[in-house]
Amino acid sequence: MIDIADLSVTFGSGNRVVHAVRGVSLSVEEGESFGIVGESGSGKSTVLKAIAGLVPNSNTHLTVQGRPASGKRTKADRRLMQFVFQDPYASLHPRQTVDEALREPLAIHGLDDPENRIAQALSEVGLGVEHRFRYPHQLSGGQRQRVAIARALILRPPVLLLDEPTSALDVSVQAEILNLISRLKQANRLTIILVSHDLGVVAHLCNRIAIMQFGKLVEVVSAADLRSGNVTSDYTRALIEASRGFVRAVD
Amino acid sequence: MTVSLAEWLMDDRPASRRQAVLGNLYRGMRAIIANPAALAGLIIILLLVAVAIFAPVLALGRSPFAQDLAQRLAAPSAVHWLGTDELGRDIYARTLYGARVTLTIVFLVSIIVAPIGLAVGTLAGYLGGWVDRVLMRITDVFLAFPRLVLALAFAAALGPGIENAVIAISLTAWPPYARIARAETITIAGSDFIQVVVLQGASTLRILFRHVVPLCLSSVIVRLTLDMAGIILTAAGLGFLGLGAQPPTPEWGAMVSAGREVILDQWWVATIPGIAIFIVSLGFNLLGDGLRDVFDPKAER
Repeated sequence: MIDIADLSVTFGSGNRVVHAVRGVSLSVEEGESFGIVGESGSGKSTVLKAIAGLVPNSNTHLTVQGRPASGKRTKADRRLMQFVFQDPYASLHPRQTVDEALREPLAIHGLDDPENRIAQALSEVGLGVEHRFRYPHQLSGGQRQRVAIARALILRPPVLLLDEPTSALDVSVQAEILNLISRLKQANRLTIILVSHDLGVVAHLCNRIAIMQFGKLVEVVSAADLRSGNVTSDYTRALIEASRGFVRAVD
Repeated sequence: MTVSLAEWLMDDRPASRRQAVLGNLYRGMRAIIANPAALAGLIIILLLVAVAIFAPVLALGRSPFAQDLAQRLAAPSAVHWLGTDELGRDIYARTLYGARVTLTIVFLVSIIVAPIGLAVGTLAGYLGGWVDRVLMRITDVFLAFPRLVLALAFAAALGPGIENAVIAISLTAWPPYARIARAETITIAGSDFIQVVVLQGASTLRILFRHVVPLCLSSVIVRLTLDMAGIILTAAGLGFLGLGAQPPTPEWGAMVSAGREVILDQWWVATIPGIAIFIVSLGFNLLGDGLRDVFDPKAER
């Protein structure tokens, strides 16, 4: 479905060049939920943005459904994958109602029957008609993230990219959003790539998980192996230990 | 169950796009009215518009053009409420009709300056690179000249007249708008909601017009309102120097200019249009300040 070979991303130039991602290769199967974890600055979000085409200077061989997607993307390329950002407060246009936000992608791609598509997209994410004509500042954080997910799915993309979709939300809302994503994934047979620093979230949603550190891929493990601690690298073990310690401290 | 219009507008779960938009406007309106200075400014501007529309009625049959040399430079009296000028024309009527000239200038300058400034600024800010550099250096060239001097040069080159004065003022007034629009665009362009439309496959023009410009609009409107006083004064200055409205058009700046030779003996000739310029400038400044408070995103929530 998605293959990346030797992805490197650098920011800046000359002496101040920063290697955000160094030589990462990944492949994600169709219908799979793929997670990427790592601490802050490990390059996990950059990998996701490179897949979406948001990072300009990535010299890589990226193929989506067997078609190269490294260069300039066409509208059809864009429709293959949609992105859900971390912060629902920043990802909705402050002067557009929910209705306008959902209408825009339909207008860009010239899809018919926007009324029904919008109504359906809203009900899919558990929002009612009373939310349809509200502005973002009239919605809660969880409702905004639901709008962002509805907006991403209204184009019916086969691939959904999620960049820490719950980390800006209250703990009580996080579970709701994660269950929503899980349910929508089943219903739409989506391929998901989820980036998070939270091992629990990733282990809950994903089949396979890539662990990143300092811009490099440490290893790729299955969710079951991650849960049972059956991993090869010391860094992954330390990461698991750290998250267990946190859980114990909470208990 | 019936709901009042105010309740319908303030409803936080609007049932249609129209209700949402009108509700937003209504909230903005209430914020302006709640601000005394802005309300005063708004009333002054509305009065100016009313005076311009109803000038013939308010003048009570007096003509702004009828000369009566026997009555030249007459002091304010029951017949000529605000006196007469050097050709015996009624200053009250001329000041009322002058509101039309001022409004015309203000309107024409706004519809020229705002689109030019927005187009140049958003293109430069969004595209960056050499487009940004070329457009901003052109802007710098215009900014390098003192505004009135540049307007004078344009007005002199184009020839005197209101239309040319408007063009001259517009040519000198747009650069600050381009700067504001560029600065706003750079902030907006990096935000997630613009990335979202990029990922949806929107074209650059669509992103600029539908997503970036609406957010730049509020600061441009505020700046334009605050600039109105300056524009009116520049127009009056051009009129004063004989490069703006031509006789017998009752333009306030030209009227002040005509009265300056007799300012010590017949003070009303220059003072009355001067007061009109002052009040209208004040009105636009007050409204501009109020709009800035209303549009300020930090105060919004």
